Amino acid sequence: MSKLPYEVHSEPVTPLSVLSPEGEVVNEAYMPNLTDDQLKEIMYRMVFTRTWDERAVNLGRQGRLGFYAPVSGQEASMVGSEYALNKDDFVCPGYRDMPQIVWHGLPLYQAFLYSRGHQHGGQIPEGVHVLMPQIIIGAQILHATGVAMAFKKKGEKRVAITYTGDGGSSEGDFYEGLNFAGAFKLPVIYVVQNNGYAITTPFAKQTAAQSIAHKALAAGVRGVQVDGMDVLAVIKAVSEAAERGRNGEGATLIEMITYRFRPHSMADDTSKYRTKDEEGEWSVKDPITRFAKFLEKKGLWTDEDTARVKEEAKATVNEHIKKAEATDKMTVSGLIDSMFETTPAYLEAQKADFQ
Amino acid sequence: MAQMNMKEAIRDAMRVELKNDPNVIVFGEDVGKVGGVFRATEGLQGEFGEERVFDTPLAESAIAGMAVGMGLQGFRPVAEIQFVGFIYEALDQMFVQAARMRYRSGGRYNSPIVFRTPFGGGVKAAELHTDSLEGLAIQTPGIKVIVPSNPYDAKGLLVSAIRDNDPVFFMEHLNLYHAFRQDVPEEAYTVEIGKANIVREGADVTIIAYGLMVHTAMKAAEELEKNGVKAEVIDLRTLLPLDIETIVASIQKTNRAIVVQEAQKTSGAAAEIIAQINEYAILHLEAPVLRVTGPDTVYPYAQIEDSWLPNVDRIVKAANQVINF
Repeated sequence: MSKLPYEVHSEPVTPLSVLSPEGEVVNEAYMPNLTDDQLKEIMYRMVFTRTWDERAVNLGRQGRLGFYAPVSGQEASMVGSEYALNKDDFVCPGYRDMPQIVWHGLPLYQAFLYSRGHQHGGQIPEGVHVLMPQIIIGAQILHATGVAMAFKKKGEKRVAITYTGDGGSSEGDFYEGLNFAGAFKLPVIYVVQNNGYAITTPFAKQTAAQSIAHKALAAGVRGVQVDGMDVLAVIKAVSEAAERGRNGEGATLIEMITYRFRPHSMADDTSKYRTKDEEGEWSVKDPITRFAKFLEKKGLWTDEDTARVKEEAKATVNEHIKKAEATDKMTVSGLIDSMFETTPAYLEAQKADFQ
Repeated sequence: MAQMNMKEAIRDAMRVELKNDPNVIVFGEDVGKVGGVFRATEGLQGEFGEERVFDTPLAESAIAGMAVGMGLQGFRPVAEIQFVGFIYEALDQMFVQAARMRYRSGGRYNSPIVFRTPFGGGVKAAELHTDSLEGLAIQTPGIKVIVPSNPYDAKGLLVSAIRDNDPVFFMEHLNLYHAFRQDVPEEAYTVEIGKANIVREGADVTIIAYGLMVHTAMKAAEELEKNGVKAEVIDLRTLLPLDIETIVASIQKTNRAIVVQEAQKTSGAAAEIIAQINEYAILHLEAPVLRVTGPDTVYPYAQIEDSWLPNVDRIVKAANQVINF
């Protein structure tokens, strides 16, 4: 069918890749400017995150963690996007986005406490600029929008970044946030990690839009699509978006095409909605393998390095889960005291029933 | 001392706090140049500039959610939701995100936000403009609920709400905006959140009300007086925290009470007040506590709203019922 002369047009988008799955540089022009030490640090964080994820899944099976959303497969989009930020930029995560807030400064044992259903998990330390993980899909998009509004009003050169998934891009709050950011030209980055499934619902059933990145067009903000299995592409795109935000050029929507290797949560079974073939196709795009190949060619990384980081990560996870387990349980009276700045008399009186 | 109606007093509360605290910020739909559909923010943008008093795109969830985000960075947002029925669009951001911020962060973050909204019946408005949704709010842990009945209280309570470090749902009855004028100090002053006001003393029956219904209750009390019944009228001013002490003290004197609200009968503020009276004052009661409310239907279209709403006759009847029990 031919296009109407008065019909709105949009062009297809090609995701940004810097590396091929074999670790070859395919797009030198978009190579982020990173030192060898920085490249190694990024690899360290991705391997650490993968190991932590494996350990967390096991800890979940053992009943030592509660709700946990696995992250394997998404290390490039998670670790890379956080790495591209300044420490005083503000992160509003969804529930799967633990790696970003931990690498931004939340102690790991607090992430474990959050999973174990302990309030101290959300007591973000002073000087760590993150929110607690959000459960209501998309609600955090508006918080990032408000944080960005605050940065803009105060004239601070900071950006807010928020994360959701392909499912989250169907929420009203997603569209409302994008539209506010466009109208107010806010320093905010909306990252959609399109991992193909909203729990079990495939992306094809999520939207008829050409891509999630295209949704930016309607709000008048920049929309870009990135190979989310390529950490260098992720860093490039987020750095650029942060730079734009700091320069007063407004918001960016970044769709990262990625895949979660594991189930949605510990209660999910991927065999009911995806094929082994599909999982196999994505496993060859593994962000860690790809980046390792790139680093090996530069002589910056070896298998021994990976083994060393894994051991270090296991030991760190061990130490932090023990610290989480040793933390005193929450109390009902403590809960009551966290409702308001000053506990009103009627609530104070209710403590008596729980002593 | 100036004479102000309730709308002017509300505007004045925002004006004095915008002046007192650079972190106070006012936004919502149409609140800027024209000062809102009821002109409650009229002149504020002119006085304080577009940086601090501004229009937003039309999206209530984003208005409330942006307030939450700004609250994280030290601002004290006063966000207007244009009409009460529109809070349904913003319930997650108001009643979950703002109300749970302190709890979820173990006290690290808070939401020092006032969500202002006009509500209340009797003005022949469009659908969903006049409902009484305070019942939803009082069942929500973590948010305070204020319903002023006069200009003096409205200014003092709104100043308190803006200075409060927890979220406040501030409900302004449409029929009170221009109803009457009162002496209102021009400087900033506070009325304590959680303190009711005895607006008429009496020994025979306690009438508990809030918002516009305080005035309907006062008229009913005058009617009752004609037959020698002395009604005590309590203006709650705040629904959460509820000033149960003032209610109990009154019932200890009158031994009889009725609760008046515009909202539907089931659950809600009146039901909660009666539950607490049972808890704290049952041995002082000579009769069951009755409710005078709207029926358990949706708030009706304008044609029958005057029959739907509680009125003087129904209040007098209920008062006589508890007196003659």
